[in-house]
Amino acid sequence: MAAIPSSVKALYLEVKEFFIPPKQSIPLTISINKKPYTLTADTRSTLLDLLREELHLTGSKKGCDHGQCGACTVHVNGERVLSCLTLSAMLPGKEVTTIEGLADGDKLHPMQEAFIECDGYQCGYCTPGQIMSAVACVKEGHTKSVAEIKEFMSGNLCRCGAYNGIVESIQKVAK
Amino acid sequence: MRPFTFNKAENLSKVFAGKGEATQFIAGGTNLVDLMKKNISQPENLVDITTAVSGKITLNKNGISIGAMVRNSVLTTDINILDKFPLLSKAVLAGASPQIRNMASTGGNLLQRTRCPYFYDTSMACNKRKPGSGCSALDGENRMSAVVGYSQQCVAVHPSDMCVALVALDAEVIVMDKSMKSKKIPFKDFHRLPGETPHLDNNLPANALIQAIEIPNNAFNKNFAYLKVRDRDSYAFALISVAAALNLSNNKIVDARLASGGVAHKPWRWYEAEKFLKGKEATTANFKEAAKIVANEVRPLSNNGFKKLMLQGAIESALQQCLG
Repeated sequence: MAAIPSSVKALYLEVKEFFIPPKQSIPLTISINKKPYTLTADTRSTLLDLLREELHLTGSKKGCDHGQCGACTVHVNGERVLSCLTLSAMLPGKEVTTIEGLADGDKLHPMQEAFIECDGYQCGYCTPGQIMSAVACVKEGHTKSVAEIKEFMSGNLCRCGAYNGIVESIQKVAK
Repeated sequence: MRPFTFNKAENLSKVFAGKGEATQFIAGGTNLVDLMKKNISQPENLVDITTAVSGKITLNKNGISIGAMVRNSVLTTDINILDKFPLLSKAVLAGASPQIRNMASTGGNLLQRTRCPYFYDTSMACNKRKPGSGCSALDGENRMSAVVGYSQQCVAVHPSDMCVALVALDAEVIVMDKSMKSKKIPFKDFHRLPGETPHLDNNLPANALIQAIEIPNNAFNKNFAYLKVRDRDSYAFALISVAAALNLSNNKIVDARLASGGVAHKPWRWYEAEKFLKGKEATTANFKEAAKIVANEVRPLSNNGFKKLMLQGAIESALQQCLG
């Protein structure tokens, strides 16, 4: 496109805005909570949208959809990530764990138990993300002080302000 | 988000196949996916380079080489980084959240776009997003904007913390283009000032990618500090950040490094203050003088005059912190 005059190129880019190309699909096999899912996904779909809209695993929440709130936190290969900024197309070969995969049957994960016991939530919307992040926070060993817990949980916002209960839950599990 | 084709490049030789203006590389995706959601970035094709580009950190006799795919979180725990270049680890920890650091790549950190609110608001004029449309921040909400090195075309700042440490540590960026040839770009020359072309963030050649970052051996692993001032205690972009490092012999400053984030379109080095400190005693009086030299270089905009004093204080505090 280098030979095209810049004015023509600008016009082309402006006109292009009005024409949405057809959607592109991609076949995927993704392991979620140790179960393989084989499906065809829009290349644009994020892991969060795939979980919620296609697989009806609605535990992971959409707060901001821009990586600012942490409500969509899940684990990929055991590490906490934001599912709203993860493209589904990049996940084959990796193991995804969501809040639905944390409990062992009817037996809740210790972090889930702790959140209930310590009032780690009020409205509950940020809670799945908080719990996934909290499990990782303990696993990473970032629990030596309240300040350290707060720093390493700063990617998860709670509009109700249940932070004290969340810190307490993490301390309880870390013991 | 506009539709795009998606392909994964299994190795470096396949990365550049079909690479043109409409094709973009994706690594961590923490910035790109967001930009695509807002239609600020509209690639027609995405190439996943997470397997093709090295994710290894290797020590050699000249220093350390960090593969562009090394995740930000790895830089905060890698034993060799902590031993030889702990300033880098500190700076990375000051940025983003644990989730984002787990995702974001080293190369991507360099290439992330500004967080200037007008760049993200597609209903507003922004020369970086749409060349020639004007700069809304120049006389608008510019509290977070630059105080040095800006132009009438753009007052945006580079958002990275990692890059502030890398410019302080005289790093080099190894880039590879379509011809599969690698070349080195000194870190201080990698990012650009806005000038008349604010849509260009950096000097990465067209269709090239970042392969690795190299940091030469240095003696800045004992007396260093990364100080970041922001609107909340964690998980916020810098109003001002300072990377400071001193190479001390007894109490004499053999060499000094001072760099800042949140002040310019690129990670900024304070060369005059470094020159002043070199050869001097590490005293509060000299730190104060260095901070004054920095503050005198600053030209705030209509809404960020506070950054001048804030910066002066941050420089002085960071230098003090270097003494432990």
